Amino acid sequence: MMINDDCKTLHVLAVDDSNIDRKVIQRLLQISSFKVTVVESGSRALQYLGLDHEDDNSNRFHDLKVNLIMTDYSMPGMTGFELLKKIKNSSTLREIPVVIMSSENSLTRIDRCLEEGAEDYLLKPVKLSDVTRLKDSILKSGSGEVNGNIQTNKRKHKSDQSPLPTSIDCHNLTPPSPQQSLEKRARL
Amino acid sequence: MDRNQMQMHRQIANIRKSFFDQGYLDEQFVQLEELQDSSNPNFVEEVVTLFYRDSARFLYNLDQALEKRPLDFSRLDSLMHQFKGSSSSIGAKKVKIECTQFRDYCNARNAEGCKRTFQHVKKEYTTLKKKLEAYFQMARQAGPMETACRPR
Repeated sequence: MMINDDCKTLHVLAVDDSNIDRKVIQRLLQISSFKVTVVESGSRALQYLGLDHEDDNSNRFHDLKVNLIMTDYSMPGMTGFELLKKIKNSSTLREIPVVIMSSENSLTRIDRCLEEGAEDYLLKPVKLSDVTRLKDSILKSGSGEVNGNIQTNKRKHKSDQSPLPTSIDCHNLTPPSPQQSLEKRARL
Repeated sequence: MDRNQMQMHRQIANIRKSFFDQGYLDEQFVQLEELQDSSNPNFVEEVVTLFYRDSARFLYNLDQALEKRPLDFSRLDSLMHQFKGSSSSIGAKKVKIECTQFRDYCNARNAEGCKRTFQHVKKEYTTLKKKLEAYFQMARQAGPMETACRPR
């Protein structure tokens, strides 16, 4: 999957059921020079990505190529987690980095998301610095995968000062070497 | 800019500062201000207006849900979770604190606690609304300046 070096053309699909959060994330992304599409639900997101038309996969992407998906976790109907799973289980979409946004600082939830293939987990309300960091990650990787620069201070449970659990260490904390990337793909 | 305008801007800055000092608003409000510029000069007010318009629905639903017997704590918690999220998105600090208290009472299945706290939620919500409306109106009257989007 090709990433255009001109950051102005990076296209983010943001998913959130909250009016207010959609407005804010849209502005955050816009100000960071992303092209933004915002939808209100997981099913709308899948519609946009063309995942609901099984027979029409071929040229869906041409103008709409999505470089990053940012989704709220708690949504009625399809949760962000369920959306993540569907994307990662899709042969055509699995390489798109998916970032989860949530107000819950829960280590269990964070782990689950990362294990399912989320590139990052952002605590809401999302800040400009989060978006800047994401953008740097995507541009640096140049392969459609974010480098998983998860800030430990965001991910730590408030009362837990211990190091990160090893279940995350294996694929997110160090920049993937070509060998590691291959292993990651093979796992999917 | 004449002296009156300068005084108005100073007044607005002081009012803004008081919101933070008195705990009505938190860092998230500053984040919103940072998203405001000449291409989106009313962004903060737009978001706040959207919040008040949108969240009235949640408060109404919560009011209704609190009338039911027995109380459905799970539904109350779910409604409040969403409302709290929105409050958090505009930096409404005191409102958020009351929301958290409400959810604690939900978890403890404490009906009286929920009802009492909900009154606090509504009070903080309304107080902040009045303050922000007055603030934005003053900012508009004072004329364009980096008032509403000056970094701290």
